[in-house]
Amino acid sequence: MTEDIVFWVLAVLAVASGVMVFRFDSMARATYALLLSLLCVGGEVLLLGLDYLGVVIVLMMTIEMALMAVFMVMFMMNPAGLMPMSMLHNKKGAAVICTTVFAALATGILLARWPARRGRPPTDPTMSLGMSLMGPQMLTMVTLGMALFATIVSTVVLSTRRGRYDRFGDDLRTRPADDPVPGGGGR
Amino acid sequence: MPDAAPLWATVILPVALVSVAVVTAGFDAVLSAAAVRGRPGSPREVGTWAAAPLREAFRLLAQQPRRTIAADVALGRIGVVLVPVAAVLAGAVLPLGFRPVSDPAVGIVWFNAMEALAWAAVWLTGWGPNSALSLIGGYRFLAQGLAYELPHMFAITTAALGAGSLRVGEVVAAQDGLWFAVWMPVAFLVYLLSAMAMSFWGPFGHPLGRDTAGGAAMELSGVDRLVLLGGRWLLMVVTAAVSVPLFLGGGNGPLLPPWAWTLLKTALVLAALVAGRRLLPTLRMERYTEFAWLVLVPATLLQALVVAVVVLNR
Repeated sequence: MTEDIVFWVLAVLAVASGVMVFRFDSMARATYALLLSLLCVGGEVLLLGLDYLGVVIVLMMTIEMALMAVFMVMFMMNPAGLMPMSMLHNKKGAAVICTTVFAALATGILLARWPARRGRPPTDPTMSLGMSLMGPQMLTMVTLGMALFATIVSTVVLSTRRGRYDRFGDDLRTRPADDPVPGGGGR
Repeated sequence: MPDAAPLWATVILPVALVSVAVVTAGFDAVLSAAAVRGRPGSPREVGTWAAAPLREAFRLLAQQPRRTIAADVALGRIGVVLVPVAAVLAGAVLPLGFRPVSDPAVGIVWFNAMEALAWAAVWLTGWGPNSALSLIGGYRFLAQGLAYELPHMFAITTAALGAGSLRVGEVVAAQDGLWFAVWMPVAFLVYLLSAMAMSFWGPFGHPLGRDTAGGAAMELSGVDRLVLLGGRWLLMVVTAAVSVPLFLGGGNGPLLPPWAWTLLKTALVLAALVAGRRLLPTLRMERYTEFAWLVLVPATLLQALVVAVVVLNR
């Protein structure tokens, strides 16, 4: 009974704040409405008994949304989102894509034959999750990790305006590097 | 295995955290006042100085609130309130002796998640009043988070690795013979640094810096100001207290009962943090970021590697 109530409260809150992401005209409000929605999803996962996943969702999403605020300042045409701005882009395309995806998912939910539970939940779900992710799929995980990391590094390298010749001079011999912000490493 | 604490512990926890915070703030005020006078005061003077934080709290309660134009009141309020709330929620996994309010299997991750909430909250506080200097303060704290969060996470992961569990109770149990601080010194030191950083305190006080007229807290007045600054003390008390089960053996110790050992160790860590504020100058974050990423991240990773090898060989 209590679980039902918690489930529905979190579910309604998650959907409602998800909708509000597109209703707000403030970048900050949209960001934190999205965070609230994701925190509710984390709560639902906790309710399923997957403690580790639930808490990690809360942790990662909070950090992610805060980082979004940093990127907002770095890259937006409207720094810090100080002016009201619409959160809607490509309205028609987005509506078509969303309707299609929603219809496909809803059909799947209604048509699929849901299996009955076999066995019991493990005593330590974190451990079992780690084993099933890292046990047989270790190679996949390692490759994936490297690919993600390489993507991050190459994106930063491609997007930065200053290259090594700007920093170290034409013969790459200037020490310490000529950086606009000194940093504390003493290089 | 530690038992779960009784229900009344849930009520006691915030009260206990607030009292420890008031005592710590009083201690800090006495040190400040003595430094200004250049000599230790008489017992009566010390009493007056120690009560200064309480007097300030009552003054703020009665203060007329100040408003700014076109403020985002909702977001600002959420940010202010979230700081103490996140601190108390993070304290839920804190064992007093051996009995925390709640000891979930993923206690360490929970603690970290609540810290991250406080991190996001300070940005909201800076954003709320629609004021340039307070916004700068908020962004400074985000930059600070980028510097301290990674080494901090590696440090607490190392403690979990040493115990083979994310449950705070089991981390304490694993330190029955030898404290983690002894054979994970790098992780412990990094934890202490980040404890100061996440309570934006002392050398890491740039987000509320004087050069921005108080930064994120600049426009706050009255109850709002009390809640944010009090929440900061709570954050500091909680992070200091969590270092005890993670690195200092929790309630383990001879003669005294476990709760007394926990209090004693927490008091020592808090004293170290208060001293750290006096000994170190305020750090600019671009400097600390480079140090954190080039020195602290590799150092904590090496520490984790050493611990992992020891654990695998056990």
